[in-house]
Amino acid sequence: MEKFEKLTAIAAPMPLINIDTDMIIPKQFLKTIKRTGLGVSAFYEMRYNLDGSNKPDFVLNKEAYKDANILVAGDNFGCGSSREHAPWALLDFGIRCVISTSFADIFYNNCFKNGILPVIVTEEQLRLLMKDAEKGSNSRMVVDLENQNIETSDGDVITFDVDQHSKHCLINGLDDIGLTLEKVVSIDAFETKMAQSAPWV
Amino acid sequence: MAPRTLYDKIWDAHVAHQADDGTCLLYIDRHLVHEVTSPQAFEGLRMTGRKVRAPEKTIAVPDHNVPTTLDRLKGIDNEESRIQVDALDTNAREFGVVYYPVDDVRQGIVHIIGPEQGWTLPGMTIVCGDSHTATHGAFGSLAHGIGTSEVEHVLATQTLIQKKSKNMKVEITGHLSPGVTAKDITLAVIGETGTAGGTGYVIEYCGEAIRNLSMEGRMTVCNMAIEGGARAGMIAPDETTFKYCNGRPNAPSGKTWDAALDYWKTLFSDGDAHFDKVITMKGENIAPVVTWGTSPEDVLPITASVPAADDFKGGKVAAAQRSLDYMGLTPGTRLQDVTIDAVFIGSCTNGRIEDLRAAAKVVEGKKIQEGLIAMVVPGSGLVRLQAEQEGLADVFKNAGFEWRLAGCSMCLGMNPDQLGPQVRCASTSNRNFEGRQGRESRTHLMSPAMAAAAALTGKLTDVREII
Ligand code: SF4
Repeated sequence: MEKFEKLTAIAAPMPLINIDTDMIIPKQFLKTIKRTGLGVSAFYEMRYNLDGSNKPDFVLNKEAYKDANILVAGDNFGCGSSREHAPWALLDFGIRCVISTSFADIFYNNCFKNGILPVIVTEEQLRLLMKDAEKGSNSRMVVDLENQNIETSDGDVITFDVDQHSKHCLINGLDDIGLTLEKVVSIDAFETKMAQSAPWV
Repeated sequence: MAPRTLYDKIWDAHVAHQADDGTCLLYIDRHLVHEVTSPQAFEGLRMTGRKVRAPEKTIAVPDHNVPTTLDRLKGIDNEESRIQVDALDTNAREFGVVYYPVDDVRQGIVHIIGPEQGWTLPGMTIVCGDSHTATHGAFGSLAHGIGTSEVEHVLATQTLIQKKSKNMKVEITGHLSPGVTAKDITLAVIGETGTAGGTGYVIEYCGEAIRNLSMEGRMTVCNMAIEGGARAGMIAPDETTFKYCNGRPNAPSGKTWDAALDYWKTLFSDGDAHFDKVITMKGENIAPVVTWGTSPEDVLPITASVPAADDFKGGKVAAAQRSLDYMGLTPGTRLQDVTIDAVFIGSCTNGRIEDLRAAAKVVEGKKIQEGLIAMVVPGSGLVRLQAEQEGLADVFKNAGFEWRLAGCSMCLGMNPDQLGPQVRCASTSNRNFEGRQGRESRTHLMSPAMAAAAALTGKLTDVREII
């Protein structure tokens, strides 16, 4: 997994609430058996017409946001299914950070497993960041995970909370499974205990 | 010991390791696997030379991509779907997990066959790379969806890295009125709390109206906990639960059953346990409901009319306008005047025998509107068999429904069962998102009885006027 330390990038505004995982990546793209290659299909129905041409109004189709690495989005981002194809598609498109007032639980977890930083801010902070994102390619947002803050192009600084374990893994690009297997003795012991106390499991 | 909730008790019983910062390794008792969210996880194991730690606790079944037509055993036409199902077949056999292939009568939607085969039992931790894993919480287990990276993590370690959620209680008091079902309860709750109302919580559903539900009904309620944003939904086990589990193929028997039962009877929230959020609704106040928009929170009683965007506040105004445009609805139209083109009865929300009985009761001896696309898709091969033995299949066929083989089908249309653009469907599934049942298709969520009623009239219909 790619490390996430500090990101200086264009942020795209998506002021819509309840952007669900079906919008981020519709089902016809879930048939892949790989993790990569989903970027061209991200936001498929919002992004393309039925004939495959670009919808000019969609933010990521606009010249100014083509290279955005940050999304600033409305409340409850990523609701819906558990499909990790959603963060895979965002990542493959180039999105490394999503900022919203709230995220659906599973999507939020899935982001961290894939090197994407989801940031939760207050409504007021979101308004500020949304405004900044609307400036287009002239502005750059700086997301600093180490210091847990976001700096707008005007120099406003917003701090955010993040779970320390997830932060540690993201900054160091660590694989959870390797870390967990270091605790295999605890898992063995638990399994032995359960085999006696709850043999029906 | 301090009073604990049901969730607290199951959580405590499964912590295999706790780090100083409170991060836990939660031991997983059952891992359900389907073809869509698992190929990358098995590939990850292969690349790192890891094995499945507990193949006997890992249950795999193809459901999302499988065709539901009678000729499906001759193979899957769509190449990508076929590759995905074949990958599961190869992975299941190579890693030695429990497996129900597509030609096994026990095959079906993963959340239907887990309980049916007795893999799902009270007090367990159950995960699956699928958000509707919440269904299994109906047994008083802690069950939730995970992403593919977590699927790989569970395959390799039989644990999950977790932080505890908060406790939320949803109490439904009293009795349901005739024509009102478990689906109406769960939709009404989401209508009340919104799709983010449960975010960060595990919900325990309780109250007389919940107690009176069958296991099928309880599964319907918990199934949609995720639509309310909750990590999981659960219902304390009781005699109804025990009776359902007893005698299932993978449930314990003899002395082990007795021991299990003794433990299961301790699984309830202590009287003075703390809940961080409490919602109470009166069963009598719940009407048969339908959704009008593209979020499961867009719930209204069938007797209501289509709202206007201005009826809402904040970000919901724009979202509601977008929904109205997408759904092709005019504010002020009576919901009962909305004509439909299709009816889908099935899914892990409402594809169980009781759901089919409820729908069959409404259409028995009658004909559905001509020209409707109408299908009944049983949740599993065994549900299908039972429905045939009970004569329900004939009721549906005589009424004009297609009678299909088991799978996810038109719930999300990864197989050929999809709706065309602007086609409006009365659906017993769980999501009405844009494009969910087919690009630009329009979904109205409702109970099986309500969907059956809509099939008869060709419009959204109040089932109470038919029964
Ligand atoms: S029936 Fe629908 S919601 Fe249930 S597992 Fe299948 S696709 Fe998901």
